[in-house]
Amino acid sequence: MLLAFLALLPVVLKNDSIINLAILVLLYVMLSSSWNILGGYTGQTNLGHAAFFGLGSLATRLLWISGWPLALSLLAGGFVAVVLALLIGFPAFRLRGVYFAIGTLALGQILFVTVGNVLPQISALPAKYLASYELLPRYYLFLGLAVLIVGVASVLVHSRLGLGMMAVREEEDAAESLGISALRHKLLALCASAFLAGLTGGAFAFYHVGYYPQFPFAPVWTFDAMMMAYIGGTGTIEGPIIGALFYVVVKELLALKLVEFHLIIFGILFILVVLFLPGGFVEAWKRVRKALARQLKSFQSRPSP
Amino acid sequence: MLGPIAQNLVFGILVGALYGLAAVGLSMVFGVTKFLNVAHGELLMLGGYASFWAFTLLGVDPFLSFPSTILFLVIIGVVLYKVLFSRMVKLPEELKIRNTLLIGFGLSLILQNLALRLWTADDRGVTTAYSGWAITLLGVRLPIVRLASLGIALVCLLALHLFLRRTYTGKAIRATVQDWEAAAVMGIDIHKVYLLSFVLGVALAGIAGTLVSVGYSIEPSMGLHWTLKALIVMVLGGLGSIMGTFVGGIVLGVTESAASYLIPGGGTYREVVGLVLFVLVLILRPQGLFGAKER
Repeated sequence: MLLAFLALLPVVLKNDSIINLAILVLLYVMLSSSWNILGGYTGQTNLGHAAFFGLGSLATRLLWISGWPLALSLLAGGFVAVVLALLIGFPAFRLRGVYFAIGTLALGQILFVTVGNVLPQISALPAKYLASYELLPRYYLFLGLAVLIVGVASVLVHSRLGLGMMAVREEEDAAESLGISALRHKLLALCASAFLAGLTGGAFAFYHVGYYPQFPFAPVWTFDAMMMAYIGGTGTIEGPIIGALFYVVVKELLALKLVEFHLIIFGILFILVVLFLPGGFVEAWKRVRKALARQLKSFQSRPSP
Repeated sequence: MLGPIAQNLVFGILVGALYGLAAVGLSMVFGVTKFLNVAHGELLMLGGYASFWAFTLLGVDPFLSFPSTILFLVIIGVVLYKVLFSRMVKLPEELKIRNTLLIGFGLSLILQNLALRLWTADDRGVTTAYSGWAITLLGVRLPIVRLASLGIALVCLLALHLFLRRTYTGKAIRATVQDWEAAAVMGIDIHKVYLLSFVLGVALAGIAGTLVSVGYSIEPSMGLHWTLKALIVMVLGGLGSIMGTFVGGIVLGVTESAASYLIPGGGTYREVVGLVLFVLVLILRPQGLFGAKER
């Protein structure tokens, strides 16, 4: 079905720019889904998500360029992100609610500025890698990782741990009183989120020919991922996917007209979602279906003339 | 030999005054209404652009165009409050804070890109005839513009302090901060108080923005930078104390200056110092230097 379509896409459409667009969508799906694990399901708004993305990309890039096999480099990227998550998780989770959000924002900024100072030069692929650069394997890597990440997220949230995370989101103190360790669940969600974001960063590092190591640490990655999750619907698996797709489509549609206008539209939509539709597109769709079902039922139960 | 250190200190104080002013604006909003408007930096930026336009389009000196800038920002504040934030008033506190945080993000995105369209990404600033003047006191160079900014910041804060302490409306605001439900029972119109506090905070941001445009420079992506500064100082100074917040601003400014002077190659880590300080205060002393211990 959808997967088959995605898998066959580059074979059917030999159009490089469409493949690059698809990669961008998949990247955002991965970033947004990983954010969603902590942000949507556990209710902890992590504004420093880009730090995991950036760290994973940094580790993977350095290792891969120095000769490590790709798979190991990717995994290393994920693990480095988890190390960071554990390091900051314990102090960060002493902060509740909004203080956690701005604390992680500050931590993300610290890493962003520091990496920018320590590694100001652009990271360019050495000639040997450049010569063997192929788009197709990168597309399939992104596709595979996206499936993996969505799959992991899905399994996690449907498990008992997932229930615990959602309990923490709904009412942390009540959950604690039921024996659910809020700290444990938050840390787990953070580590899962970090690992998957680290993998995403690794894929990013593998994909780009040249980029500034500081770039994936930029807060815009966190904000974009977060907004996609909200617009699609946090706390759902499909939400981030829908949000990511919507974002890239709108951006491309408007790219020719007014540059950056898509961001204004996105911002407005985001605000509308927060104000009126907290469940995002997923909730909107559910409401529409319910309304339609009710209409259908009222047609059926009407007495025949 | 004391020269560079004293100079450094002075510059730290001068920029710290602006940090303090921005933070007091944010503190007015957050302290009273518990709205965490992360678009505060963008509103500050709008203040800067307003004075920039008044100067380049109409030739009005930035210090004279304060009334129009303030009016402009007051209108924006009222519109933003009525359209967006007023819906959040009745929510429970945690939800209120989180939702306004998100709304603030959307707003900052919109304002950033609007600024990009209207004024391009170039750095803008207001350079008047006297922009380069400075007086030299005891071997320390004091730029006139930044001194004036310090003066204006102090005047604003004094005015705000007197307003909150000596007027009836100010008392109503303080009562709302303590317990909004009790204040409502006492006959205080909470919506008016919230609106007033929000608009006051926005106006203060606008004033700070004007001072930034004259003493430094403005560009569309400065919002997050200033929002972070305001947040840091607000937490550092502690909620509920205007003078405390202002002192917190000075502390941040001086700390940044000192760090960039003492740490080799430290200029590039200027921002990091402030952020690290912020995280430490959040974790170790969440009520800040002067705030009341509420948790």
